Amino acid sequence: MGEKPKDEILHDHNNDGVDRRGFLKCMAWAGTGALCVMQGGVLKSYSMSGIKELDAQKMAGELSFVQISDSHMGFNKPANPDVAGTLKAAIDKINGLATPPEFMLHTGDISHLSKPEEFDTVDQILKGASAKDVFYVPGEHDVLNDDGQQYRERYGKGTKGAGWYSFDKKGVHFIGLVNVLNLKAGGLGTLGHEQLEWMEDDVAHLKSSTPIVVFAHIPLWSVYPEWGWGTEDSAQALAYLKKFGSVTVLNGHIHQTMQKIEGNVTFHTAASTSFPQPQPGKADSPGPMKVPADQLRSLLGITDVNYVRGQHALAVVDSTLG
Amino acid sequence: MIRRTMSIFGLAALVLVSLGMLFNGSASVAANTPPPATTEVKIDNFSFTPATLEVAAGTTVTWTNRDDIPHTVVSVDDPKAFKSKVMDTDEKFSFTFTKAGTYTYFCSVHPKMTGTVVVK
Repeated sequence: MGEKPKDEILHDHNNDGVDRRGFLKCMAWAGTGALCVMQGGVLKSYSMSGIKELDAQKMAGELSFVQISDSHMGFNKPANPDVAGTLKAAIDKINGLATPPEFMLHTGDISHLSKPEEFDTVDQILKGASAKDVFYVPGEHDVLNDDGQQYRERYGKGTKGAGWYSFDKKGVHFIGLVNVLNLKAGGLGTLGHEQLEWMEDDVAHLKSSTPIVVFAHIPLWSVYPEWGWGTEDSAQALAYLKKFGSVTVLNGHIHQTMQKIEGNVTFHTAASTSFPQPQPGKADSPGPMKVPADQLRSLLGITDVNYVRGQHALAVVDSTLG
Repeated sequence: MIRRTMSIFGLAALVLVSLGMLFNGSASVAANTPPPATTEVKIDNFSFTPATLEVAAGTTVTWTNRDDIPHTVVSVDDPKAFKSKVMDTDEKFSFTFTKAGTYTYFCSVHPKMTGTVVVK
């Protein structure tokens, strides 16, 4: 209790409830954990250190779930020789959350090399989580060699096409998209015509007041196309969501937290549970970033998402493993 | 001093012979030296080096992944002239080019990575 919002809108040029200063402040905190909540059109940001003090009403809401990403089981190089250990640490973190999440999203790169034993190990570790339901989308590392057949056999029961699907939880509509298959030379992530058509139909019958959560592996916004960090046809997918008042887009792939708010859409990427990757353009390539062992866990993490009915946006909170 | 100069000339001559082979793609130019049977493409930092490679027909090209992240080598044509399985660190893929032509390929995991093999 007692933690006051740090920012209020001073200049809201886009009429989107976010001024540049407020946005930058959220960005600055993303690396260490920040909570950004839109309340009555006002962006409020809190540092992670203050979260325990926050009003439980603000934090809990009707629905709480956790996003984990990029566990890369099977990776064993110096950037992190123990990805099973850090995934277990992520599950411990989740089990310690004040508000137990109802389920988890895994936004892909479950495995490093699509090997059955890698998927088996992740499945075993995730059984230790208090939240039993896990909703997956594939990363490019999960569909190597077989265009995702094994992935769909394991995780895609009841899904459409290459593994896309939607479901509802407490009035929130979730859409899991696949953008890691049929990639074209020189291009980015791809959703493809068939999936876009399905998505248009999927949301057509929903009321515009329905909160929407879209999750996919590769970012659905242009983070850094030079490294392939974007999706060719994401603009079409987002066009189908224009009528909705609250859209939250959750991605992985880039192994670092990043957030962008555009109108009613909040884009967010989760940290990895395995190894960090460099900031866009800050290295020769997006390969694993080697950091001193005692710093590794401060660059890995989980994302806790809370939906409070009546608020404009879902509260997205990143926290590191150490 | 003289010896060093000579060895530099010797090296230059070797380079010239190699270049001649590369551009003419014919063993006859290289004065009794057989053409190289294999040629290497290295994968480092999410890129193919050399990005464009010229070889004579019959040459086997071998790609080696030296990144910490798996990559593939897949030709863009349809049907595909060649398509590797995923290559983890230090794993290799080889393909023998028997027909002349320009072969563009990419990493199907990281499609920003592209390269070309020109077969003469």
